[in-house]
Amino acid sequence: MLVPIEWLKDYIDIDVDIPEYCEKMIMSGSNVEAAHCFDEEIENIVVGKIVKIEKHPDADKLLVCTVNVGDVEPVQIVTGATNVFEGAVIPVAAHGSRLPGPMHGQPKQEGGVKIKKGKLRGVESAGMLCSASELGFADKVIQAAHRDGIWILNENHTLGQDIVEALGLAHSVVDFEITPNRPDCLSILGMARETGAVFKKKFRYPETECVHEVENVDQYVSVDIKNTELCKRYVARVVKDVKVEESPWWLQKRLMKAGMRPINNIVDITNFVMLEYGQPIHAFDIRHVAGRKIVVDTASAGDLFTTLDGTERKLESDMLLIKDAEKGIALAGVMGGLNSEIAEDTTTIVIESANFDKDNIRATSKKIGLRTEASARFEKGLDSGLCLTAADRVCKLIELLGAGTVVKGAVDVYPSPTSAHTVDVRVARINSILGVDLSASEMAELFGRLEMQVSAAGDVLKVTPPTVRQDLNREIDFVEEVARLYGYDQLPVTIPKGSSRAGKTRERMLKDLAKDVMCGLGANEIQTYSFVSPKGVANIRLDGDARESRFVEIVNPLGEENSVMRTVLTPNMLDVLGRNFSRNIPKVRAFEIGNTFGRNVAEEAELPEEQDAMAIAAYGQGESFFTVKGMVVELLANLGIHEPGFVAESSYGAYHPGRCARIMLGETELGIMGEVHPDVAEQYGIGTKAYCCELTFDTVMKHANLEKAYKPLPKYPSVSRDIALLVDEDIAVEAIRTIITGEGGSILESVKLFDVYRGKQVADGKKSVAFALAYRASDRTLTDEDVAKVHDKILKALSNQLNAVLREM
Amino acid sequence: MQSQLTKILQEAKEQLIKASSMPEIEEIRVKMLGKKSQLTEILRSMGTLAPEERKELGQSANHVRAEIEKMLEEKFSGMKGTLREAKFKLERVDVTEPGVQEALGAKHPITITINEISKVFMSMGYSVAEGPEIETVFNNFDALNAPANHPSRDYSDTFYVTESTLLRTHTSPVQARTLLSEEPPIKIISPGRCFRRDTPDATHSPMFHQVEGILVDEGVTMADLKGTLDYFAKQIFAPNVKTKFRPHYFPFTEPSAEMDVSCFKCGGTGCRVCKGSGWIEILGCGMVHPNVLQVGDIDVEKYTGFAFGMGVERIAMLKYGVDDIRLFYENDMRFINQFK
Repeated sequence: MLVPIEWLKDYIDIDVDIPEYCEKMIMSGSNVEAAHCFDEEIENIVVGKIVKIEKHPDADKLLVCTVNVGDVEPVQIVTGATNVFEGAVIPVAAHGSRLPGPMHGQPKQEGGVKIKKGKLRGVESAGMLCSASELGFADKVIQAAHRDGIWILNENHTLGQDIVEALGLAHSVVDFEITPNRPDCLSILGMARETGAVFKKKFRYPETECVHEVENVDQYVSVDIKNTELCKRYVARVVKDVKVEESPWWLQKRLMKAGMRPINNIVDITNFVMLEYGQPIHAFDIRHVAGRKIVVDTASAGDLFTTLDGTERKLESDMLLIKDAEKGIALAGVMGGLNSEIAEDTTTIVIESANFDKDNIRATSKKIGLRTEASARFEKGLDSGLCLTAADRVCKLIELLGAGTVVKGAVDVYPSPTSAHTVDVRVARINSILGVDLSASEMAELFGRLEMQVSAAGDVLKVTPPTVRQDLNREIDFVEEVARLYGYDQLPVTIPKGSSRAGKTRERMLKDLAKDVMCGLGANEIQTYSFVSPKGVANIRLDGDARESRFVEIVNPLGEENSVMRTVLTPNMLDVLGRNFSRNIPKVRAFEIGNTFGRNVAEEAELPEEQDAMAIAAYGQGESFFTVKGMVVELLANLGIHEPGFVAESSYGAYHPGRCARIMLGETELGIMGEVHPDVAEQYGIGTKAYCCELTFDTVMKHANLEKAYKPLPKYPSVSRDIALLVDEDIAVEAIRTIITGEGGSILESVKLFDVYRGKQVADGKKSVAFALAYRASDRTLTDEDVAKVHDKILKALSNQLNAVLREM
Repeated sequence: MQSQLTKILQEAKEQLIKASSMPEIEEIRVKMLGKKSQLTEILRSMGTLAPEERKELGQSANHVRAEIEKMLEEKFSGMKGTLREAKFKLERVDVTEPGVQEALGAKHPITITINEISKVFMSMGYSVAEGPEIETVFNNFDALNAPANHPSRDYSDTFYVTESTLLRTHTSPVQARTLLSEEPPIKIISPGRCFRRDTPDATHSPMFHQVEGILVDEGVTMADLKGTLDYFAKQIFAPNVKTKFRPHYFPFTEPSAEMDVSCFKCGGTGCRVCKGSGWIEILGCGMVHPNVLQVGDIDVEKYTGFAFGMGVERIAMLKYGVDDIRLFYENDMRFINQFK
C-alpha cells in the first residue's frame, strides 16, 4: 500500500522525519517495505516553455527547441520527442542538473543521472526536456497522452521555477506491507488512523456533504439485490451535467504517487475515493443502463461478458454480475463492462458503492484470471458501513471539481445492516498474557487512540471498535492491540518458569547416530528432494509392479521432474553421483537418510505410508563392492546389529548381476547393495564404477539395539590356527565360515577370512581361501589336544561337505 | 704381577680407543674379561699366593676389572649413541610431506543447522518431535486457525496429494498433533521438511526445512516468548546480538511478531547482509491463538503458550554466507566438504 505522505497530511498533522515515522509505524505493526522520496535525485530541473521549434538541419528525427526558462537567456535544446509544440510548458533539465531516471531505454541508475550540455549531430543542446518517467514516475502511472514523450505540464507555472516546488514533489511515499487481517489499512484513511494512534494525534475525516444538490435519485435509477448473500449492500448515487476532463494536478499527483494512472476527472475521483476509504467505486454511464435499473445477481453459466479492458470473459453461474434490465454491465467487484464505460460525451453517471462477498469476489477474480485494485480490496473483506460515506465523498469531490451536478439522495439497499459490536476485555487477562501490569485506564487510553469506544465495568473493559476493524472480535484480538500500541519493545524479557526434561525420540537418536557413524566412515551427507520424477524408478530398471512404482502423486506439481513422492532413494543418490562425476570430482562417499513414500494398499488410511530409508554410495579410487559393504557392516554394528547376512542377488535391475547382495538379518531383509549396473551408470552419467546400497532404515531401527553390556576380558590365552582351503570357485566364503563356526563349538572364539587366492598353483575353477581361527576357553588354558580335536572335526566337515582340500601353509 | 695388571689395563684402554663397532667392543670384552683372559688367569692363579699377597693382588685385580668394565660400558653407550644418530639421520622424513588422512565425512549444512538449533532448545528443556511430510489439510491448516479461504491453501501455493492431504507447508502440524495427543505442559520443537509451490531460484526452493516450537503451560507470557527467543538468538548467532520484536500477523498466533536480530556481520551499522538496515529478520512467533489450543481441548483460561518458527535454510545461509539456496540440494561434494 503506497501512502503519499502529502496525502496523509490532508487528514492528520504529523511532523516527524521519514525514518522516524517508518520506525514507529513498523514497531506498531505497519511494516514498511520501502520509503521513496521523489525529490531525492532531482536537482536544478525547472519549468520551461517552448517558444520556437525548428527542424534539425542534419537529422530528420530531431527537433531544435528554443526554451524560455524564466529570467535568464532562453536555452536551445535538441529533442527527439514527437509530442512537443510551441507554447508547451515542460520540465527542463539544463546543464548541471540531475534527474532520477531511468533514461529512455536504459536501466535505472543509482543516484540518478547528471545532465551535461553537448552537441547532437552538430547542434548545441543545453540539456534535455524531460518525460515523467525520467522524473521518477513509473510508466504505469503516467497518463497515456505523454507516456512516450515529454511531460507536457498543463498548468500555469512560473517559468524558471524549480520543478520540485512547482509540482510539489518534495513529499515521500511510504510503501506499507499490509497483513491479510488488516484490510482496513488498504486505505489512506486507515493508515491515517494508525498514524494517529501511534503519534497520539486526532485525524480529520474528509468532507462528504455537498453544498448543492438537485432533483432526486429515485427519478434516475432503482436497485434490486437478488442475491443478498453475496451482496450485502448496494448504494447508488447519480450525478448529471458531467464534464469529463483532465483532473487537476493535486488529484493526479496523489493518484500517481499512490501508484495509479490518472485517466479523467470522473474515473480519477472514483479511484481517489477507493484509495482514500478503501471502498471500490464504479461509475456507469446512465445512457447504457437499460431500464435505469440495476440488478445484482449471479450470472448464467456460459454468459459472455466484455470487461473494460476489452477482454471477453466466459462467466460461471456463481459469479456475481451487475445487470441492467437487459444485460450485464459490470462484473461485480472486479471490473466494469465495456458497454457502460464513461466516455468523453457522458453527461449523467450512476455511482456504485457496494459491498460484495469476499470469498465470491476472490473466486471470480481467480477463475477469470483478473485481479484489480477493486477485487484485491473486496476479497479481503470490507466494512459494509463504508458504502454510503464513500458514495457521498465521490459526489462531494465532483462538486468540488465542478465536474457535474449532484442529484439529491442515494439509493441504499442494505437488507441487514451490520452494527458496531462490543467485546468484553479483561484487564487482568491482558496483563497475564503479556506479562505486564497495565491499569484499566492505561489500556482504555490505548484503545481510545484507535477510535474505539471504551466503558469500564470493574476489571472488564467494554470495547467497541470502529466498524472498519473487522479483525477485532474476541478478547485475544484486543490483547494484540494493547501489545502493539504499548510496544513489543516495552514488554519485559523473562524466561518461562516451568522446568522440564528434554528428550529425543528413539528414531531421532538412531538417525543422529547413523549420521555420526557414516561421517566417521568418511561419507558426506546429502539431502535431496522428496518429490521426484517417476522416471527414476525406470532409470534404475525396477519393473512396473515393484513396490517402488506405487507412487504417491502430487496433484499440482511444478513439473514432471518433481511430480511424485520418492519411493526409493537410489535414483536421487545416482543423480548426485552423476552430477559430481560430471564436475570432475574424483572420489565420492555419500549417504542420505530420508523419507520414502508408498501409496497405501489399504485405501482407508488417511495418509500414505512414510518410511525412513538410507542410501550409501561411493565411487573413485580404492572403492569397491567391499568398501561399501564394509561401511554397511560397520554402520549396522554401531547400531547394535551384528553379523548381517549378504545373499547374492542376480536380478536386481540397478546392479551388476554378479555383484549384488541382499542384506539380511535372519529372515528379515534390511536392504540391497551392489555395483551399479553399467547401463544404469551410463544413464546417470557416472563414467566409473560406482557402488550403492539402500537400507530400509525403518527396519534397521526396529532391530537396532544400543544396550551395552560388559563381558569380562579373557583370562586364559588363545590358540591360533590358520588354514588355507582349496575349494570350487562357486562355493561362497560364507558357506565355509558357516561350517567352521558350526563345528567349532564353544571354544572357537573367532574366524577371520584373510586371503582369497586364484592363480598359480591353483587349478582353474578353484580358489584358495585362507582363514585365521582362534580358540579359547573362558575357564582354562587349552591344551594342544583340546584344540586338535575340534580343529580336525572342522577340517573333516569341510572336506566332507564342500570337498575342501587343506593346502600346506 | 702388578705390572702385568697395569699392562692389561693399558692394553684394554688402547684397544677400546681403536674399536669402532659393537662386535669389536664385544671382542675386547671377551679378550680382556672372558674366561680365557689374562686377568681371569691371574685371578685364578692367586690361590697359590700367600694370604697377604693374595689380598693385595686381589684388590688390584678387581680394581683393574672394574676399570675395564667401566671403560667398556662408556665405549658401549658412546657407540650406541653414534649408531643411533646415524640411523636417525637415515630415517629422517620430510615433515612437510602430506599426512595420511582418514577423511571424516561432513554432515549436510541443513542437518548441522537443525542440530545447533535443537541443541539450544533442548538445553532449555524442549523435546524434539517429528511428523509426516504428507499431512492432512486439517492438521496443516484447519487446526492452526488458517481461514478457510487463506491464500496459502491455494493450489498455486501448496502441493496437494488429494483434496484432504497435502505436502505440509510448515512443521506446525506436528504442534497440532502434539496438542491433540498430549496434556500441558507441552514443550517441543519440530524440525523437518516443508514444501511450498515456489519455483526454485537463488532464494526460493519448493522444498525447505523449518524448526518450529511450542510451549504451553500455566502462566506463559509474551515476556517469556521474548526471553526465550532472545536467549536462542544469542546462542545461535553471537552473545552480543540484540533482538527486536515487530508486530506481524499469523493465523495461529495472537499477538504475533517477527523477530529481527541485530546484524551479526556488521554489528548493526548496515551492510550487504542486512541490506543496510542493521537488522535481519529471523523468525515468526507469537502467543498461541486460543482457537489452536481449543483444537487440542486445552483449557484456554488455565493455559497459555507461545509458538515460533524459523526457516533453516535462511539461518544456514546467514550463518555460512551461502548466497544461493539451490546449493543445498545440488549436493556438490566441494560444497558439503566445507561444513566439516
